[in-house]
Amino acid sequence: MSKKLRTRGHRVVLNRSAGGDTGITIMLTIMGLFMFLPMYYVVIQSLKPLDEHFMFPPKFIVINPTLDNFADLFTLMGDSWVPFSRYIFNTVFITICGTIGNLIFASMAAYSLAKLRFPGRNAIFQIIVMSLMFHSTVNQVTHFIILSAFGWIDTYLSIIVPSMATTIGLYLMKQFMETSVPDTVLESARLDGASEFRTYLTIAMPMVKPAWLTLIIECFKSLWNSGSSIYIHSEELKTFNYAIQQILTGGIARSGAGAAATVVMMIVPIGIFVLSQSQIIETMGSSGMKD
Amino acid sequence: MAQNNNAEISRPVKRSEVSKIRWTWEEMKNNKTAYFMLAPFFLLFIIFTILPVVLSMLLSFTDFNMLQMPPHWMGMSNFTRLFLGDDIFLLACQNTLIFAAVTGPVSYLLSLLIAWFINELPPKIRAVVTLIFYAPSISGQVYLIWKTLFSSDSYGWVNATMIDLGVISEPILWFENADYVMPLCIVVALWTSLGTAFLSFIAGFQTIDRSMYEAAAVDGIKNRWQELWYITLPTMRPQLMFGAVLAITNSFGFGAVVDALCGFPSVDYAAHTIMHHLNDYGGQRYEIGYASAIAVLLFIIMFSSNVIIKKALSKVGE
Repeated sequence: MSKKLRTRGHRVVLNRSAGGDTGITIMLTIMGLFMFLPMYYVVIQSLKPLDEHFMFPPKFIVINPTLDNFADLFTLMGDSWVPFSRYIFNTVFITICGTIGNLIFASMAAYSLAKLRFPGRNAIFQIIVMSLMFHSTVNQVTHFIILSAFGWIDTYLSIIVPSMATTIGLYLMKQFMETSVPDTVLESARLDGASEFRTYLTIAMPMVKPAWLTLIIECFKSLWNSGSSIYIHSEELKTFNYAIQQILTGGIARSGAGAAATVVMMIVPIGIFVLSQSQIIETMGSSGMKD
Repeated sequence: MAQNNNAEISRPVKRSEVSKIRWTWEEMKNNKTAYFMLAPFFLLFIIFTILPVVLSMLLSFTDFNMLQMPPHWMGMSNFTRLFLGDDIFLLACQNTLIFAAVTGPVSYLLSLLIAWFINELPPKIRAVVTLIFYAPSISGQVYLIWKTLFSSDSYGWVNATMIDLGVISEPILWFENADYVMPLCIVVALWTSLGTAFLSFIAGFQTIDRSMYEAAAVDGIKNRWQELWYITLPTMRPQLMFGAVLAITNSFGFGAVVDALCGFPSVDYAAHTIMHHLNDYGGQRYEIGYASAIAVLLFIIMFSSNVIIKKALSKVGE
């Protein structure tokens, strides 16, 4: 070995060149700005008073910040045919029901696949992994036929029930249970006479709280962000996202209210992520897929 | 498979004593609870994921249209019509492949690079940077802001800036011009694409023990690129696989982004993908048989790209 090894105390100093550090910082800054500026612009737009929306050239700063747009949002939606609160209720209701259902069903299935040994277990898991490989919209058409056979078209059920069987959360929870719930703990619970279901509920589930949060945010983000759906045509069952799209088609005069609505919508998932980031990253540590 | 598992002490039946079928049956009876716990999820999964796939495959050989009963068996004619009699489908194929071939690999590499770049930052700063990169993918329709930035009048920031700088004299109709639609949609799709795979990579980098790097430095690894290729990536291979599956899946699923930005159908079908073609025939014209044939082809494309990528990834770090 030609190069001399540098050490600091007992630790080996890794080979890091100053040029590499600078290059990485510059690239990270450029990409960071690309990601951040549009988000920032939405917030700025939502705070601009009407005259600043018509300013040329449009500015990345707001001169007289105002909350009028948020107030406008309520008046604008106040005179619409379906009250504003209804759209919000729809989104919240669909999201909560779907997410809770997914959490219960997927965690039960994950426990069974991760910790119980029964014939067919690997085959079932392989099928679930395969389902991650295609985007669900490819199924939309036949999905529609099945939903109409149940008579669920134009009901909340058409969105809520299928979302309970989302596989990504199940996958992540199963992988996490395998690494973080030791078999010995489960075995001693069984020896104490606890039923399998009880072991799942009182021993395994409390040990995988980080995975709950991950599953919740995975399911939450898709439901919360669902817009117009081909399964729903009644106006009073449509989601808030659909309403935002309608506002934004109103052109530049509505762009303040539209931005305000977008900000309202994005605060919730971002807030959840900020609170649960470290647990989510912890879960993702075991997300790997064996070849 | 379960047959390989050791029979536990408490189980009365030993594998060697009975036939394979009988043993499996006993195992199934012993594990009734496992099936009960799996049942609710799996039942819904079968109804809403497996059944639609099977149904698509069957209907793709028929002329089912939800009105005329019973549907007629058409053999392969839906498929021949797709390739020989439907120019827009061929255009959609081309667009889909371009879209997927750009967004898939680029979003994958971006996720990996950024996760790698931020790995050595102090934890607090790393959390903030992670949020900045991840936020667009969870914030739903926030990508509509790109429509404001690239608005076709001079109130759009991009047009205004370019007019101000004298690059152009009148506003460009970004989302109404067939030349710009596709690149713009790709940029926006990339902007929203640092999602679950990105988080998985961040976690992957963090689970690698520092002592491995130190040992490698002793063994003569010269710089961080060698470190990445010889140590980090091979250790992270399971995460790389998972990320690849998600990246491929998503690269075919940006239809909603395109719809919201360009409207449907997009100008001159410039951003028309197979997914749009599927919705057009399935959701609007109710030619379910034909739409199913499109869906089946899309399945085949998605699965084969997954298989190819998995093969390629197993060579990382060799």
